[in-house]
Amino acid sequence: MSKKISILIVDDEESVRESLFSWFIEDGYRVECAENAKIALSKLESENFDIILADIKMPGMDGLEMLRRIKSLKKDAIVIVITAFATVDTAVQALKDGAFDYVTKPFDPDDLSHLIRNASKQISLSYENETLKERVVTLENVEDIIGNSEAMKKVLQKVESVAQSNSSVIITGESGTGKELIAKAIHSNSQRKYFPLVSVHCGALTESLLESELFGHEKGAFTGAMYNRKGRFEMADSGTIFLDEIATVSVKMQVELLRVLESKTFMRVGGNKDIYSDFRVICATNRNLKQMVEDGTFREDLFYRLNVVNIHVPPLRERIGDIPLLTEYFIKKYCMSMNKQIIPIDSSALKRLEEFDFPGNIRELENMIERAIVIGNGKKITLKDFPLEKNILSSSAESLDEQEKNHIFQILIKYDWNISRSAKALQVDRVTLYNKIKKYNLKSPGK
Amino acid sequence: MNLQNITLISFGYFDNDFLQNIAKNIQRELFIKVQIKEGHLDLSDYYDPARRQYNANLLLKQIENNFASDSSKTIGLFNVDFFIPIFTYIFGQAYLGGRTGVVSVFRLSNERYGIDSDENLLLERSCKEIIHELGHTLGLIHCYVSDCVMRSGTYVEDIDQKSSSLCHKCKNELLNSVNK
Repeated sequence: MSKKISILIVDDEESVRESLFSWFIEDGYRVECAENAKIALSKLESENFDIILADIKMPGMDGLEMLRRIKSLKKDAIVIVITAFATVDTAVQALKDGAFDYVTKPFDPDDLSHLIRNASKQISLSYENETLKERVVTLENVEDIIGNSEAMKKVLQKVESVAQSNSSVIITGESGTGKELIAKAIHSNSQRKYFPLVSVHCGALTESLLESELFGHEKGAFTGAMYNRKGRFEMADSGTIFLDEIATVSVKMQVELLRVLESKTFMRVGGNKDIYSDFRVICATNRNLKQMVEDGTFREDLFYRLNVVNIHVPPLRERIGDIPLLTEYFIKKYCMSMNKQIIPIDSSALKRLEEFDFPGNIRELENMIERAIVIGNGKKITLKDFPLEKNILSSSAESLDEQEKNHIFQILIKYDWNISRSAKALQVDRVTLYNKIKKYNLKSPGK
Repeated sequence: MNLQNITLISFGYFDNDFLQNIAKNIQRELFIKVQIKEGHLDLSDYYDPARRQYNANLLLKQIENNFASDSSKTIGLFNVDFFIPIFTYIFGQAYLGGRTGVVSVFRLSNERYGIDSDENLLLERSCKEIIHELGHTLGLIHCYVSDCVMRSGTYVEDIDQKSSSLCHKCKNELLNSVNK
């Protein structure tokens, strides 16, 4: 949203005004302050504020009376009232009079952030509704997803179409293909982007850690717990929870997960009240979950709850055309992080990368580039900077037919299954290529 | 912008290796030289007995008035619990586009939450908080990119979710402001 949200702080205490002013300025809002209701009302007459944050107890006109006057001036104004603990009744009255919400001071920074994000979301929704017809949807914050192959374009199209919904998504793909980046892209382009994307690496969690990690604990729940601790589900409220390596969770954990995903409520360890959290779930796995369901190692009901939309991220060997772009990106990234001048790559070295199988996918390519920059001569990346020879030999098929099949398949992928261009590269005519495709039963990965 | 270095001033006891590692990490992320200094303040002047915490607004002003310089961004590093009048606690704060910030490591250690001590995690969280406040002094506001260090973190678990690096957008904004 390009429109900058404006906030008016109304409080008679200078230290409160100062603290809130600094806090909201750091959040990027346009902020103004007023020390009493009279000044606030006069500011509101001359300019528009999206959110008004007002103390109830002020000398002269109090916050409640000011709220009523603001509402009579502008019915849809978002007013949040600040109250001391002893005056919660007054806060309830404020809600009846049309306040958006209230906070009791001193408040937890997280509570205020959450409240303001909720208000901002409401404002941004109404703003976006107004401009929806003119808007051309383009993905934001996908700079780390490199590639313009057809396979990646399809993935990004799916990201764009699924981002605006609340549906659960399972991202599948081999290790190192960038599944987490896809999860980030979905979150960054959803209405939930103002709220957290909370990642949980399920493979790293033991069952004993799970409860506290996922559900949090109350202050004093056990020895040494001086403060409340939020669990991942609570942190993801209004945002997205990303469950990576979902296939690694134990059957017991699957039951717990299913319960929380269905009810969206849970209790902190040592707590006695249900906490509701409005989160969206995105999962990722490099395993075949459907097969695991058939084998009885993954719960069917959990699978269907999670698998509303499936996005498959192709392995690098199916998007060879992206290797030059990825290589260039990683060279730039590592040269900059090592404070070195950006260096080129030798064409024979790049060609060798394009021929490599990359079982570890983009992560493997990234590691290779990093290593090449560290050990290289600092002027150019050359073939000798890559430890590829052994791997290429070991991954080679033994029969001539296998070799031919693999080579044709790689070329077809490289040219996005454009038969004319592929035939030209292979130095055969189009009919020969069609015959080879038929002979080896080669199929485009997208079909 | 005539920024020559970053000055990290520790108040209270901090292990020297801890400070050196922080300096190294900040330098790696921001490409600005970091110098470490030891500061001395009578913290009782900033203590609020009713809240049993230290007033970060007053400490920030103190650092700004007595320790900051125009050629450097100065961060005061403390190990006492911070509050500001309206909030129950804060991890740190800074003047947006200014010269000064303050950071407390008090609530960044696992032990405060009843979990086993993890020195590496404490270092990581401290670096993220310091880089975050430095980002504010360099004019950056909060960012909603999930792993950007400028993402607002109000719980220690929020800090763990983000990286210690700036996202593309914040990096570009920083480069633009430095080049101005």
